[in-house]
Amino acid sequence: MKSGIRWAVGAALLLVCGAHLALAQAVPADPLAAADAHVVAPHNWELWFPESGSPMMAKIDWLMQYVLWIMFGVVAFVGVLMGYVMWRFSAGRNKVPSHVTHNTLIEVIWIVIPTLLLAVIIIPSLNLIFYEGDDSNPYMTVTVTGHQWYWEYSYNAVPGLDYTSYMIPDDQIDVAKGQIRRLSVDHPLVLPVGEKIKFDITSGDVLHGFYLPSLGVQKYAIPGTIQTSWTLITKPGTYYGQCNQICGLGHDAMPIEIKAVPMADYLAWVKQAQADYTDNAVPPSPASSPLPANELADATTH
Amino acid sequence: MSSTTHDHDLSHGAPDAHGDHAHAKPGFVRRWLMSTNHKDIGTLYITMSIIGACVGGMLSMIMRQQLMYPHNTIITNGNEWNAIITAHGLIMIFWFVMPALIGGFGNWFVPMMIGAPDMAFPRLNNMSFWFLVMGFIFVMLGLTLGQGAGAGWTLYPPLDNAQYSPGVATDFSLFSLHLAGISSLLGAINFIATILNMRAPGMTMHKMPLFCWAILVTAFLLLLAIPVLAGAVTMLIMDRNFGTSFFEPAGGGDPVLFQHLFWFFGHPEVYIMILPAFGIISHVVSTFSKKPIFGYLGMAYAMVIIGFVGFVVWAHHMFVSAISDDSRVYFEVATLVIAVPTGIKVFSWIATMWGGSIEFKTPMLWAIGFIFLFVIGGATGVVLANAGLDQELHNDYFLIAHFHYVLSMGAAFAIFAGFYYWIGKMSGHPYPEFWGKVHFWTFFIGVNLTFFPQHFLGLAGMPRRYPDYADAFAGWNFVSSVGSIISGVSTMIFFYILYRIFTSKEQLADNYWGEGATTLEWAVPSPAPHHTFEDVPVIR
Repeated sequence: MKSGIRWAVGAALLLVCGAHLALAQAVPADPLAAADAHVVAPHNWELWFPESGSPMMAKIDWLMQYVLWIMFGVVAFVGVLMGYVMWRFSAGRNKVPSHVTHNTLIEVIWIVIPTLLLAVIIIPSLNLIFYEGDDSNPYMTVTVTGHQWYWEYSYNAVPGLDYTSYMIPDDQIDVAKGQIRRLSVDHPLVLPVGEKIKFDITSGDVLHGFYLPSLGVQKYAIPGTIQTSWTLITKPGTYYGQCNQICGLGHDAMPIEIKAVPMADYLAWVKQAQADYTDNAVPPSPASSPLPANELADATTH
Repeated sequence: MSSTTHDHDLSHGAPDAHGDHAHAKPGFVRRWLMSTNHKDIGTLYITMSIIGACVGGMLSMIMRQQLMYPHNTIITNGNEWNAIITAHGLIMIFWFVMPALIGGFGNWFVPMMIGAPDMAFPRLNNMSFWFLVMGFIFVMLGLTLGQGAGAGWTLYPPLDNAQYSPGVATDFSLFSLHLAGISSLLGAINFIATILNMRAPGMTMHKMPLFCWAILVTAFLLLLAIPVLAGAVTMLIMDRNFGTSFFEPAGGGDPVLFQHLFWFFGHPEVYIMILPAFGIISHVVSTFSKKPIFGYLGMAYAMVIIGFVGFVVWAHHMFVSAISDDSRVYFEVATLVIAVPTGIKVFSWIATMWGGSIEFKTPMLWAIGFIFLFVIGGATGVVLANAGLDQELHNDYFLIAHFHYVLSMGAAFAIFAGFYYWIGKMSGHPYPEFWGKVHFWTFFIGVNLTFFPQHFLGLAGMPRRYPDYADAFAGWNFVSSVGSIISGVSTMIFFYILYRIFTSKEQLADNYWGEGATTLEWAVPSPAPHHTFEDVPVIR
């Protein structure tokens, strides 16, 4: 099956190249257009997870409902029991208290039943752990490096494709372009849909958290260590994430934006990005930092 | 639990009414700054915890005001924000919950409940309190000096090292933990020595009141956990100031090692905060149901088991940090096991109420509120214990909601339950029942409104420790901030109640709760005289 995918990719690559040659003089269409059509962002008054964008998130969503329903049952049972006790044995209704302090049967029951409930929870839960941990045979690997306060993405298979991703500052947000305050970035991470993508996550300075709630991915970015995770995005779209481990004054200003596009568009983007990014690699410059100048000066003078 | 025979007169009210045992009435400085009396030291601890709660609570009010609207400008500097959240966490744990439950109620009531005249080491007791005060001064310096100590209460390096947190503020915060740690350690040694050696004749371990069991288990947790924190903090201080690289990857160190050490302390710390609360709730539930506690031995040993297992689950705080899948499996299963002894506690409290003649006085309201809200916090705890789900929920607002349900509604509700239960014994005056209930209901509504919507924010993916957030999180954040204002108003009501208590002319009887209150503190007058049980009581 894997080789089938490889062939398909190769064929797509050829097709894209052919198309590119045919349109050599035309202005290339935006290869990320497919991602703009489907934006998975948080909603106000949300009551549940964001729309699931990967099989991993679908499994998390399923297990969450499973565990939460069991726990709802437990809380409701305790609530009803307490309500009944408070009503039935209030001083007004029950003037003479009993002095029962032991009942072996009931004490055994309230040990055995919770233990069984835990077993019911643990069995599917352990499967999820190993599923989440299985990063074998990825189509490609992206090295994600957290920095104060931006992300750096390096495509291991594409020599030189390594760029930084800064939050768009509040005052430069262009709502007309579909940009979202505090979530949109200047250079999003671009990934193909339908392929297993491995993330090698690390940090260049302090701890950061690489957190993609709609894809079910989260790992600390730890300096000196590479942590791995993976995703497989099922549908073209724009997915958001945020830094989720305190990393200094710009902790809330280093979101993650992922543009997931069909393979052909991805390959077109890679070609374009190689030209755009590799020659003028984007160094972290204060000018592109989303933080106010005074804060940044504060942070860098030490 | 047990009734007492007295071969001596306990009715004296004044400290100097006890013949040649009496000291001249000490002056203010001697009584409060050089105290060796467990009740006075308990009062000092409770005072400290009220100050800690006010400071930590005000910090949380500032945080909630900032988060009321997106793009708010109350706090414009990320460093200020980080210093505030760090201080809020540290102060609420070390200078509010612990001094109230362990130093405060523990000092006041453990010696009385076991029929001892005082703690085993009275001077050590005094020292332990003043270390805590020095620690508080240090943590306040950490909050206010320079850019403030802003690595979060978990203090993770490298953010906490000299390069990323320069300045003395972080050092002051780290040393404040040393001081609070020494304080807790000395207190723990004192409690263990007192409980094991100074029980009145006839009070076997299996007759000892559950609050004393709770404090005993807590003291052992402190004894074993605090030195690990002290080691971790010392290594961090060395990394910061003396060029070592325990946690510095560039020098061969490992930031993950700090997380292991911190949580080896940090997880038992969770039970250090909640076990004494369990003890208080048992007494309150038993008293107001007018029934002895159901399943006493099960209750006592459930706490012992929670204490043991609490030491081997620490890495569930690190499910998305560098641990293997097999470790994730182990730490998930071990964590879930704790639900069983916790279930024993909850069901035994309900069984204690079953068949009782329940009076819904203010302490009982807090206790019932505790049980129900703790069950909710426990349920979300079971959710978070699933390593696979924690990958989604780790460090987001679902977690914040979870641990505030067990702390802000668990530990804090138990502290208020204990306060209303014992304030008459401590002050001799009753609290105003009506206002006590108003305080309960306003606080109940306030904290639920604050923290319940945070579950939704977490599910939607809002990370913690953010001073500004995407506009889509605005709705529930607004509700949460309104809730915090209600809790703030409720706290004002508490201060009014304090005023009413200390201006009251009414004097309470020895046992103002009646037949349900059976432990030894109810055998002495209210307020408890300066010295109690100088003649050892005999327990039948």
